[in-house]
Amino acid sequence: MSDTVLFAVELTVSGLLVGLMYSLVALGFVLIYKASGIFNFAQGDMTFFAALGMAAFGALIPMWVGIILMVGAMVVLAVAIERIVLKPLVARPPLVLFMATIGIAFFLQGLAQGIWGTQPRGLSLGVTDHTYEIGGMFVSSLDIVGAVVAGVLVVVLVWFFQKTKTGRALRAVSDDHEAALSVGIPLRKAWGITWAIAGIVAIVAGALWGTRVGVQASLALLALKALPVLIVGGIDSIPGAIIGGLIIGAAENLAEGLIGPAVGGGIKNFFPYLLALIVLGVRPYGLFGREIIERV
Amino acid sequence: MPDGIQRPLLSVRDAYVTFGSLQALIGVSVDVREGEILAIIGPNGAGKTTLINVISGVYHPSPGQVFFEGKDRTRLHPDRVADLGIARTFQNVALFKGMTTLDNLMVGRHLQMKSGLFASGCYWGWGQKEEIKHREAVEDIIDFLEIEAIRKTPAGMLPYGMQKRVELGRALAAEPKLLLLDEPMAGMNLEEKEDMARFILDANEERGLTICLIEHDMGVVMDISDRLVVLEYGTKIAEGTPEEIRTNPDVIRAYLGAHGKKVKEAL
Repeated sequence: MSDTVLFAVELTVSGLLVGLMYSLVALGFVLIYKASGIFNFAQGDMTFFAALGMAAFGALIPMWVGIILMVGAMVVLAVAIERIVLKPLVARPPLVLFMATIGIAFFLQGLAQGIWGTQPRGLSLGVTDHTYEIGGMFVSSLDIVGAVVAGVLVVVLVWFFQKTKTGRALRAVSDDHEAALSVGIPLRKAWGITWAIAGIVAIVAGALWGTRVGVQASLALLALKALPVLIVGGIDSIPGAIIGGLIIGAAENLAEGLIGPAVGGGIKNFFPYLLALIVLGVRPYGLFGREIIERV
Repeated sequence: MPDGIQRPLLSVRDAYVTFGSLQALIGVSVDVREGEILAIIGPNGAGKTTLINVISGVYHPSPGQVFFEGKDRTRLHPDRVADLGIARTFQNVALFKGMTTLDNLMVGRHLQMKSGLFASGCYWGWGQKEEIKHREAVEDIIDFLEIEAIRKTPAGMLPYGMQKRVELGRALAAEPKLLLLDEPMAGMNLEEKEDMARFILDANEERGLTICLIEHDMGVVMDISDRLVVLEYGTKIAEGTPEEIRTNPDVIRAYLGAHGKKVKEAL
């Protein structure tokens, strides 16, 4: 293999590994959007909240106990959001609910820092960052662990939605609220479960990203990375979130590595948005999103 | 209707429903007797769908009461009403469009499924037994409605008549005591209507379901119903067997007023 090709393959592989972790963040958005039609602005802050909590617990008690505690905390949070925020706003326009999630975002940001302080913290999953050489390519062990964990979570979620009674019920809710009620699925319970799942996704994303880049308030900005993923993949598609993440991860890495040097670098930060703009022009619903046909 | 079965399965007592300044139901009382096919008819805007929505818990009458199997169920929400054994279809077809026919029917069995989150996903032990049991019940309905060919087709891609049939299947999958059908034949051609009429009659006779339906096609309604309730401007103007309704002067007046001579011939 020539050096350029090898370099491109290496960029693609490490891009895909990171991309799977973008998928994870995007997945949280998709779950809530599908179930309730809400674009959850707080998903990034839920990730930050989870990561900071785990980092704080991790300093005092074994990490796995901290993770279990955070799962509990996210479930409580999901139920609280359903009771306190969503219930009074049932049947309001989507924009109202979107504004409410902005409120939740600020609340979580403040709550997390109020409890655990504003100091940046490190988070360790007990994985040391080695770089392995595989067939002439260099791959980070942290990236591999992240990709494996993200992959496992995706498989579990797909199994849950396809094979379980609750998963099937949640898919039904995301398709048609009225019909779901008519077959006996309580909407509010379904929303509570969905937010809890999105919370657990936030824990996994928080653990992986926190380990990678450290835990500080800017972790919430990860949500910005999810936006192009959602636009490329389609905001209402779980496969779309996964494949969108992979595309964005690989594309931004390739662009940075191959085009970057020619234009002075730094294009990794905006390239995903450029890609999203192109997809918006060609397929406004994303590659996997459901096309909405409206009668005029 | 078999003789001697007269006990009301469901009673709506003196129900009022108001939307802003519009009175959709004005003191309507209706009994649905066990084992019968009851049709609710009336001109457009008479309050038929509102009445179905009151029965299924979408609207709560005020004042007014809804009794099911003798118990006051007035304030229950739709998901709890479904739990009592009342299944329904919708005027504008409300299917889970992204899911296959089979999955739509499986969701219809939601309330029949007892095992929890993890057991139901497992392919062994209790979970497997339950999954097989439900699949058998669903396959039975697929047979009954003759929709084998579209088992794996996403519901949203089916033609309209088929969607109506799948929606009936989903309601049947719940094994309800009372089945509410809101215009099950709307927008269908003659052949599809005949099929649907046959399914409704079979569901009533073979599966022993009590059925309450809204339908505009007078020919079909007079053929398949045991009794009819006629609504006009939110009030009940007549109730009785098809013969009684055909000769009821109030009904003839209501329909002549609304539709002209054509309907008189249909009646």
